[in-house]
Amino acid sequence: MSVSQTESIEDIKARNKALIAEVLEIYPEKTAKRRAKHINVHESGKSDCGVKSNLKSVPGVMTIRGCAYAGSKGVVWGPIKDMIHISHGPVGCGQYSWAARRNYYIGTTGIDTFVTLQYTSDFQEKDIVFGGDKKLHKIIDEIQELFPLNNGISIQSECPIGLIGDDIEAVSKVKSKEYGGKTIVPVRCEGFRGVSQSLGHHIANDAIRDWIFDKLPADQPPRFESTPYDVAIIGDYNIGGDAWSSRILLEEMGLRVIAQWSGDGTLAELEATPKAKLNVLHCYRSMNYISRHMEEKYGIPWCEYNFFGPSKIAESLRKIAGFFDDKIKEAAERVIAKYQPLMDAVIAKYRPRLEGKTVMLYVGGLRPRHVIGAYEDLGMEVVGTGYEFAHNDDYQRTAQHYVKDGTIIYDDVTGYEFEKFVEKVQPDLVGSGIKEKYVFQKMGVPFRQMHSWDYSGPYHGYDGFAIFARDMDMAINAPVWKMAQAPWKVVPKPTLLAAE
Amino acid sequence: MTQNADNVLDHFELFRGPEYQQMLANKQALFENRRDPAEVERIREWTKTPEYREANFAREALTVNPAKACQPLGAVFVAVGFEKTIPFVHGSQGCVAYYRSHFSRHFKEPTSCVSSSMTEDAAVFGGLNNMIDGLANTYSMYKPKMIAVSTTCMAEVIGDDLNAFIKTSKEKGSVPEEFDVPFAHTPAFVGSHITGYDNAMKGVLEHFWDGKARTVPALERVPNESINFLGGFDGYTVGNLREIKRIFDMMGVEYTILGDNSDVWDTPTDGEFRMYDGGTTLEEASNAVHAKATISMQEFCTEKTLPFIANHGHETVAFNHPVGVAGTDRFLMEVARITGKEIPEELTKERGRLVDAIADSSAHIHGKKFAIYGDPDMCLGLAAFLLELGAEPTHVLATNGNKAWAQKMQELFDSSPFGANCHVYPGKDLWHMRSLLFTEPVDFLIGNTYGKYLDRDTGTPLIRIGFPIFDRHHHHRRPVWGYQGGMNVLITILDKIFDTIDLNTNVPGKTDYSFDIIR
Ligand code: SF4
Ligand code: SF4
Repeated sequence: MSVSQTESIEDIKARNKALIAEVLEIYPEKTAKRRAKHINVHESGKSDCGVKSNLKSVPGVMTIRGCAYAGSKGVVWGPIKDMIHISHGPVGCGQYSWAARRNYYIGTTGIDTFVTLQYTSDFQEKDIVFGGDKKLHKIIDEIQELFPLNNGISIQSECPIGLIGDDIEAVSKVKSKEYGGKTIVPVRCEGFRGVSQSLGHHIANDAIRDWIFDKLPADQPPRFESTPYDVAIIGDYNIGGDAWSSRILLEEMGLRVIAQWSGDGTLAELEATPKAKLNVLHCYRSMNYISRHMEEKYGIPWCEYNFFGPSKIAESLRKIAGFFDDKIKEAAERVIAKYQPLMDAVIAKYRPRLEGKTVMLYVGGLRPRHVIGAYEDLGMEVVGTGYEFAHNDDYQRTAQHYVKDGTIIYDDVTGYEFEKFVEKVQPDLVGSGIKEKYVFQKMGVPFRQMHSWDYSGPYHGYDGFAIFARDMDMAINAPVWKMAQAPWKVVPKPTLLAAE
Repeated sequence: MTQNADNVLDHFELFRGPEYQQMLANKQALFENRRDPAEVERIREWTKTPEYREANFAREALTVNPAKACQPLGAVFVAVGFEKTIPFVHGSQGCVAYYRSHFSRHFKEPTSCVSSSMTEDAAVFGGLNNMIDGLANTYSMYKPKMIAVSTTCMAEVIGDDLNAFIKTSKEKGSVPEEFDVPFAHTPAFVGSHITGYDNAMKGVLEHFWDGKARTVPALERVPNESINFLGGFDGYTVGNLREIKRIFDMMGVEYTILGDNSDVWDTPTDGEFRMYDGGTTLEEASNAVHAKATISMQEFCTEKTLPFIANHGHETVAFNHPVGVAGTDRFLMEVARITGKEIPEELTKERGRLVDAIADSSAHIHGKKFAIYGDPDMCLGLAAFLLELGAEPTHVLATNGNKAWAQKMQELFDSSPFGANCHVYPGKDLWHMRSLLFTEPVDFLIGNTYGKYLDRDTGTPLIRIGFPIFDRHHHHRRPVWGYQGGMNVLITILDKIFDTIDLNTNVPGKTDYSFDIIR
């Protein structure tokens, strides 16, 4: 299906540029100008992808982005399992995000663990008119009575909170005092703040800093003895168990993981993190803020890593080991060697079925670059990629370490643009979200959800790569795609773009 | 090593391997600061008690696991049911991402909807510019025939005036003057998704019938023989509307389905993405004013729309999501009465088949106790069906049910000897339901996907009927209305009953004397 193999790189670039110009024609002039800055054809050797990012979405274009509340409650806070996260405001936001992200955890749900419950203040008109602080007081009392084993509470602000002048910080302080210094965290992640989920990540990170780190009593005895090998996993939300299939590798190389941020994480783990010797950071976009803070305040170095696909995993294990002594470095080599036969077998099985297949991606803030290596391990090629809420530093990383010359880059893509790009480029696979999935499947293009792993996973680590490879094969080589056209309707395919 | 290439293990098997189990146990013991397991157990048991139930029901402020969503969701549901119409939700954009995801997870279909993407500056200055630019962009990109506007919390709290904004946008040339932009204010802090359905449907009809925001003369009603049909917010809309059309066609009824989203949420995979498909045409929406009567399948979804229509001189009739024999009888007889058409023999036969099926199976349902939760009308319809099966709808709960609904439900209980020990719970949530299931256990639970948590905690087998259904596929393609719909509901209930008996009788040498092959 792919057209790219037969063309030279210059042809591809020219074609992609023409395609972008064509797509932009649909817009009113002002919008075309704005959108043009977010789309580009990557030139190898450049330090970034040449697109603007982290700017307001254009109204009415069908952006795929979400909001700050989604970034805070949905991504950062929601997975912390022994705390109760109140969706503060009307019922909707909490309802739609209820248990939708597959942050796996172990615990007795509703008793000492609360990830897949939807706690909401269900604002009514009177709460909007008279303010919701009184209600919040009462909600916290009721939580304390009915869910006594919760270890903390966070208040995740929905749009109205910041507009009606509620003082959730004051309520948090009063209630914390009343309950013997209980951790109660107000988070100002109203959906209208910022331009996407991204500011919500930042606000959530800052809330951890201000309401957890800064409130740690200096004289609190540590819960465990430190070792020189203590690390924290930062920015892994344990989707389908990703953090678990990552943790196992770090532990096998002799490190000790003292905290997971935030998939399957607990308040105690957050509190213990300033004791880590190294923070290893997977999702840079959503948790670089707290990593930098810990570096400045506690002197903890941090190191980005990538656990998608054997090439990147081995590179990452060595990079992490580089922060430690020879014992760890040797153990890292042993881990890589141990899993080599499994990786060889996975690649032997799936690569012949996937070799040369092309992929277009559009995900959040990390995966549009991070998964490229895993596809390449399978002989596949990413021909277009873009982010919902990346910043320029993400596009720099993408340009310098991941994408190939001529790749189409699209930031905050619109429904229309994405459809047209896929229609014209005809990749063998699209990886994006639930809102996009069925659009492309209708077009007959194989698709995998790359936020939720399409209800599969884990995809991180060696164990996860086996599942990743199997899933990509299953998507692309499913017999269903041969049936999309009724036999009496099949017309000989035009030779695609060349003919245009 | 647990994983292997020949037989790739998924998450549900992988993490049961010994390495992972050891790893997770260490994590828990060393770093999580977990509560004492005995204490966890004690609290778990305590949550099952009548004392806990009392405290739980005394809640005044906290909502846990509600069975309702917010207004704009209902507005989007309505909008996509009109020909080439795109829903445009004015306010912050995150909400729209949620509505689209929510519907796509249920229908396994795309849901197109745009936002005016208001951010902090719009919170200060209002969202007029977002509306002006947004309408212009949507219009030129997606070439709709109509843009149906609703609002998120944000726009409502700052008080944006849709009527004025749309007018200004038209003046600024965002869309042509005569282009249809019906609107509805849909504040999420009032009512629920069914309120949003009501407001949005009324908004569309008002637009077409009452002079398009005073830009053209109001339509003059010239009564004809046609009837209008309103389905209400309905997770089975694809199957149900097709069934209703089949029934109307069999009867020879002239009809207009207002908000027909049965095609747009059931498009084929044939190489083409249809952003729009089917739907009530704008002409039909206008002409609907001339109908002799309007039928609403869900009274509580049309509390404002029906009186609005009645004010235009229609006879209006409301049902409560009829399921089963008597409910369908009433529905068909009303249609026959209004239209003067006869109920054809074929439908009488279908009725007979449903009665036949009930007769065959009733021994397995009779006397069984059920808990039901969902939208108000669906609860009424399902409870009525259970009563005619000789079952007891012991607990009926609707988070978005009001007093009038509770009263109606009570009247239904009172109408049947099987309703004697049944109770209705308006405005309660699924954490209340959890207490009910522990303190007054029932045999089966009927509800949407979230009910699986209640199934897990209380051991009450869940029969999935409702919205949303995320974790089972394609249920929305089957009707639950009409006699055939009743048949589907009956089979769904029976399957779960038999599966449950099998699960309880499958221990070899212990319980499997009852592991029968004939039932
Ligand atoms: S902000 Fe309001 S309108 Fe938006 S999803 Fe939340 S409750 Fe619904
Ligand atoms: S990996 Fe991407 S999609 Fe996931 S949390 Fe990070 S930024 Fe979001």
